[in-house]
Amino acid sequence: MLLRHTTKEIKDREALLVNPAKTCQPIGAMYASLGIHRCFPHSHGSQGCCAYHRSTLSRHYKEPIMAGTSSFTEGSSVFGGQANLLEAIANIFTLYDPDVIAIHTTCLSETIGDDIPQIANKAMEEGKVPKGKYIIHINTPSYVGSHVTGFANTVKAMVSYFAEKTGSKENQVNIMPGFVEPSDMKELKRLAGEMGVKAVIFPDTSGVLDAPQTGRHQFYPKGGTTVKALKTIGDSIGTIALGQIASGPAAKALDAKCKVPYEILSLPIGLSATDRFIDTLRRVAAVSVPDSINEERGRLVDILTDMNQYLYGKKVALYGDPDQLVSLVEFFSDIGMKPVHVVTGTPGAKFETRVREILQSTVPDVNIRVEGDMFLLHQWIKNNPVDLLIGNTYGKYIARDEDIPFIRLGFPILDRIGHSYFPVVGYSGAMRLVEKVLNAFLDRQDRDAPEESFELVM
Amino acid sequence: MAVILTERKEQVFCKGKDSFDIACERRSVTGSVSQRACVFCGSRVVLYPIADAVHLVHGPVGCAVYTWDIRGSVSSGPQLHRLSFSTDLRENDIIYGGENKLYESLVELIDRYKPKCAFVYSTCIVGIIGDDVEAVCKKVSIEKDIPVISVHSEGFKGTKKDGYRAACEALFSLIGTDSPRKISKFTVNLLGEFNIAGEAWIIKEYLRKIGVQVAATMTGDGRVDDIRRSHGARLNVVQCSGSMSYLAKLMEGKFGIPSIKVSYFGIEDMASALYSVAEFFKEDPAIMLRTEELVRSEINKIYPAIQRYRQALQGKKAAIYVGGAFKAFSLVKALGHLGMKVALVGSQTGSKDDYKVLKEMCDEGTVIVDDSNPVELSHFILNNRVSLFIGGVKERPIAYKLGVGFCDHNHERKIPLAGFEGMLRFAEEVYSSVMSPVWQFVPRQYSVT
Repeated sequence: MLLRHTTKEIKDREALLVNPAKTCQPIGAMYASLGIHRCFPHSHGSQGCCAYHRSTLSRHYKEPIMAGTSSFTEGSSVFGGQANLLEAIANIFTLYDPDVIAIHTTCLSETIGDDIPQIANKAMEEGKVPKGKYIIHINTPSYVGSHVTGFANTVKAMVSYFAEKTGSKENQVNIMPGFVEPSDMKELKRLAGEMGVKAVIFPDTSGVLDAPQTGRHQFYPKGGTTVKALKTIGDSIGTIALGQIASGPAAKALDAKCKVPYEILSLPIGLSATDRFIDTLRRVAAVSVPDSINEERGRLVDILTDMNQYLYGKKVALYGDPDQLVSLVEFFSDIGMKPVHVVTGTPGAKFETRVREILQSTVPDVNIRVEGDMFLLHQWIKNNPVDLLIGNTYGKYIARDEDIPFIRLGFPILDRIGHSYFPVVGYSGAMRLVEKVLNAFLDRQDRDAPEESFELVM
Repeated sequence: MAVILTERKEQVFCKGKDSFDIACERRSVTGSVSQRACVFCGSRVVLYPIADAVHLVHGPVGCAVYTWDIRGSVSSGPQLHRLSFSTDLRENDIIYGGENKLYESLVELIDRYKPKCAFVYSTCIVGIIGDDVEAVCKKVSIEKDIPVISVHSEGFKGTKKDGYRAACEALFSLIGTDSPRKISKFTVNLLGEFNIAGEAWIIKEYLRKIGVQVAATMTGDGRVDDIRRSHGARLNVVQCSGSMSYLAKLMEGKFGIPSIKVSYFGIEDMASALYSVAEFFKEDPAIMLRTEELVRSEINKIYPAIQRYRQALQGKKAAIYVGGAFKAFSLVKALGHLGMKVALVGSQTGSKDDYKVLKEMCDEGTVIVDDSNPVELSHFILNNRVSLFIGGVKERPIAYKLGVGFCDHNHERKIPLAGFEGMLRFAEEVYSSVMSPVWQFVPRQYSVT
């Protein structure tokens, strides 16, 4: 029992996080930056930050992650990191020739107060930035928000650095996918294409972090939203921002800057959320929903009706990022399951209200904790056991100790593959999710069934 | 895209072609994709395996998360080291200081887990906001009556090596705080052995067979009480020279314990480690006799199998890029046993002396690199038609993208590679990765842009 020290009795903790359910801003910024075509993320801080983010992203995606660091020393933390950053900018353009350098800060450079735009300007003045190349910056103090905040800030930076309003409308819709996997971004593109909508998706890590084996280490794989495309988002007819926390701020910024109207939706995970996404896309782009998409929806509903008896009343514990959790809670509630414990490490005022709203008639006594940790979640599970646990890899300790079926979903997943390639958004994503849930329940039933009631047909 | 940055020209050496001294122990070229980490990382990996201590990371949440159970150091008992504890400093703490939070976290942790000791790791930010971590540790130590040790591991205060040093200082503050018990005349400490996948157990078993007792392993499957009493040992056997030779030096100064440097990896190095221990205890000649017998029988056990792998691997090329150069020495020798040629060898933190040794060991044409990066590594691997890359987490996906086999010789290894039996497993692992049929599907690209 790896977590043998977890007690059933819950005592409020004043300080101390035990087994966190979040991580820090810069890694979200690094991930989002990789969703720009030919972008080189740069970490303005100590060497360790960059090494850790690269390692974690490498473990999650099984892909090489390229990023630079200002390699702070004691000197730079006293006198500021300007010299390091100027040198880094020159080196990066010479050595790696990116289209964009996306510089994010760290707790260290934030606290000593380095002014990144001022340093970037100096680099321009000194001729360190080749023509047609860009530097963008993102403030990502690790002691504010979480990795999701870092992602959100980066999407917002894409807007503030690249969006232009030329006055002539482009017949296209902006889709901000939120902090989801390359597979999900690819699925959103497919859905838009299926509806005949021209969409600019940003960031877009598909084709970057799910790159094929080519026998070559490609510094910049084919994917990612191009700067050219980003320059047009100010002329789009509308923005659909998926995920309140990850995409909301960027959508508002784009509206403020270029008057592009926006709608903020939950991530399209599950039936109802996907319905709203498809319907909004239809309305904004003034198109009709093709039969092919209605059929996808029909297949999802078919599975749900075929297998309803295995889903109804099952208790589930969820942890992870707020945007994902809101949609998952809604989906599981839609299909008759009971989310009884919901934990996120990411701060945010609206999360609890939103989850309570969804569950008010079905699970009125749901346990919800914002800025919680995995230790608390484990204690809740000990007090009120569940049939299923869903979240990132760190849940495997609880699943093992409590012998609960476990589905990996979220960030990071360090011990399984699939998330890069198979989406959970859209109707087909929901089908995959339901398949996983059903397999978890049915495998468990098979495992635990006594000989006489071990069933062939289920 | 340039392959080798001008500033790095002296950190890339080709034996037989170049004649300069390899530059090393330099600051990384800013902006280049370095594979190095920070001071905190160095301290954290060294102390992490102590299983009955709590390891509290004082700072914003990230540093605790990224080091949560990432090292396969196994414990035979407590598993406390595998949990992640953070003071999770927030904006207000940065403004008003994090000392209260640290105090409360420590009290909470110690009350809940009743550890034998608590380590508090300072992260970058703590060095900037100026928390008096030392004072808080002292206060809690008195109140709770256990050692509470402040580890000076602010990320920016040097390199990973400085982190090793801070960890050594933390360990040193524990040593000698309890009196040695039940110690035989022939007792050693194992330093720099982290029990990845149970390697320390293999070494301890060999030592038991030759009649030598181990007082403390630092830090694999480590226990606080063993460390406190470790000054009773007569010899420190130091592996992975980078991380713990400083502790050996400190212990020699204060307790007069001499040390030897060893590696447990590969046939010769493992044998010579055991012989050195036996030689040290030559007052009992039986130890040497038993050692000779052990080495003979262990080699006999694995030799035929290794020859079989060698036949398949003969002449294939390998690349090595590891943290410390000492590990690279053993790997070069071990690959030699498998008939493989080393096309590229390098380390993140090697010293001048290390590179001198490497130069002597390697064949003509071998490229030696210090603090390398993915562009260089990819270039040499492809152009030399390498079949195997040995490295760590950040190197693995590069190897696979290039379509070459890989062996993790760092935190993520799942099988023990130390000792004679480890050499056999290493051969198995290399063989299965290099010979896997999947590589036939890789589109071969032998020129790099």
